[in-house]
Amino acid sequence: MVHMFDVEKIRADFPILGREVNGKRLAYLDNGATSQKPRQVIDSIVRYYSEHNANVHRGVHKLSEEATFSYEEARRKVAEFINCSEEEIVFVKNASEALNLVMYSYGMANVSPGDRVSISMMEHHSNFVPWQALAKRRKAKLEFVDIGGDGELVGLEGVSGSKIVSLSHASNMLGTINPVDEICRVAHEGGGIAVIDASQSVPHMPVDVKKMDCDFFAFTGHKMLAPTGIGVLYGKKELLEKMEPFLFGGDMIVEVKKEGCRWNEVPYKFEAGTPNIEGAVGLGAAVDYLNGIGMEEIRKHEVELLSYALGKLRDEVTIYGPLDAEKRTGLISFNVPGVHPHDVATILDEDGIAIRSGHHCAQPLHDRLGLESSARASFYLYNTKEEVDRLVEGIKKVKRVFA
Amino acid sequence: MNIEYERIVHIWKDPPNRGEMEDADFVFEGANPICGDKVRIFLKVNDGKIEDASFTGEGCAISVASASLLLDYAKGRKLEEIRDLEKEKIMELLGLDLSRNPSRLKCALLPLMAIKKR
Repeated sequence: MVHMFDVEKIRADFPILGREVNGKRLAYLDNGATSQKPRQVIDSIVRYYSEHNANVHRGVHKLSEEATFSYEEARRKVAEFINCSEEEIVFVKNASEALNLVMYSYGMANVSPGDRVSISMMEHHSNFVPWQALAKRRKAKLEFVDIGGDGELVGLEGVSGSKIVSLSHASNMLGTINPVDEICRVAHEGGGIAVIDASQSVPHMPVDVKKMDCDFFAFTGHKMLAPTGIGVLYGKKELLEKMEPFLFGGDMIVEVKKEGCRWNEVPYKFEAGTPNIEGAVGLGAAVDYLNGIGMEEIRKHEVELLSYALGKLRDEVTIYGPLDAEKRTGLISFNVPGVHPHDVATILDEDGIAIRSGHHCAQPLHDRLGLESSARASFYLYNTKEEVDRLVEGIKKVKRVFA
Repeated sequence: MNIEYERIVHIWKDPPNRGEMEDADFVFEGANPICGDKVRIFLKVNDGKIEDASFTGEGCAISVASASLLLDYAKGRKLEEIRDLEKEKIMELLGLDLSRNPSRLKCALLPLMAIKKR
């Protein structure tokens, strides 16, 4: 079967893309912050509440069985999506919680005073702050992989010997796609583990955690067409089994006595309390939707948009990160010289173009680059070249207004 | 572009009251870490009354215009009166209704918040 990537057909699945902003058609270019949701995902949540709603893993009645099935079906889909077994998928609230879980349950138990923990200068705060906190609590040494002129990690071999190496798969500001296979290899050769923050990669490209050989892998649902409040931690089963729970309460135990408890098996040991069932159902529907288009196809579409946008923008603005579209995920951070990114975003917003402005939760990276802030346009499967043209026109307008 | 925002950009290009003051009685500093806006406000106060005011700092058009316009308004008034101002007054000075733009409102309020800090 010939697979045709039909962006107009895809756009028709996203009700919000039909709305106007300030009298103009919405051009949503803030997908790095969160993605829009297709009808199929919205419908799956409505259907769940209209037909199957009950608590999971508790009742033997029909609805509870259906709710449990829906929730576990979502876990199966996510596992298949990143190539692991279902027991290795822990549902959490977002990528931050996933990384906190690793920090508390693995880090606090395995990192000793004097040990090294390595992150990089390009990390999002969610993969920065937890490790800073761990280093402080365990009196460990926090080290930072630096970045080079093209926005790439430099001196990766230096992380060897770290107890934990936690790096992003793709930078949410530079867009750089990092060599995760190599990161995992170096971390393992030095006797440590590799944690990958995949928030900006999983929505945009095919991933395979087994091939990568990472130990933990964190991402969030809302950036990949699913609702907010559902995230995923992948962990190698043998590691998850050795770890203590992160949160305590219902569902994470098999037996509770006055004297003590026996923990449930993985992944339930890490899912205390009633989970976000609708979120998981929506995430399952999002995975179905993405599979229906094909992650290779989505990546190809974004590379095409990126090349087109990079070509048009490089003479207009200062671009950060690699200029080769193949080396970056579907986003471009930039500055219009002399104009604050907030003003850029406000002028673009007048024409219905939504971009991000600020430090994108990557303050250490902005400090490293000598910047206070930047603007960012981030693409997804439903964006078009025409929207890139509108972005470029908008930036020209910014330059005229602020000249 | 709407006429109100155009006025703000116009002020941003050459804002009245910009500059350091060596003999200031009060220096207030404010920063908005979210966007990197920074402002320093210098006041010359005599008997509780603001006789002169200036500011320095980097920021977006709204935060710069807000500092500039607020200091215009402050000159000749009591420091306590300025400290008691509410966000509505800042929006009035800017001529912008930011009540539904919480992030831009933060930019607008940066200079006033700096003065409110004691």
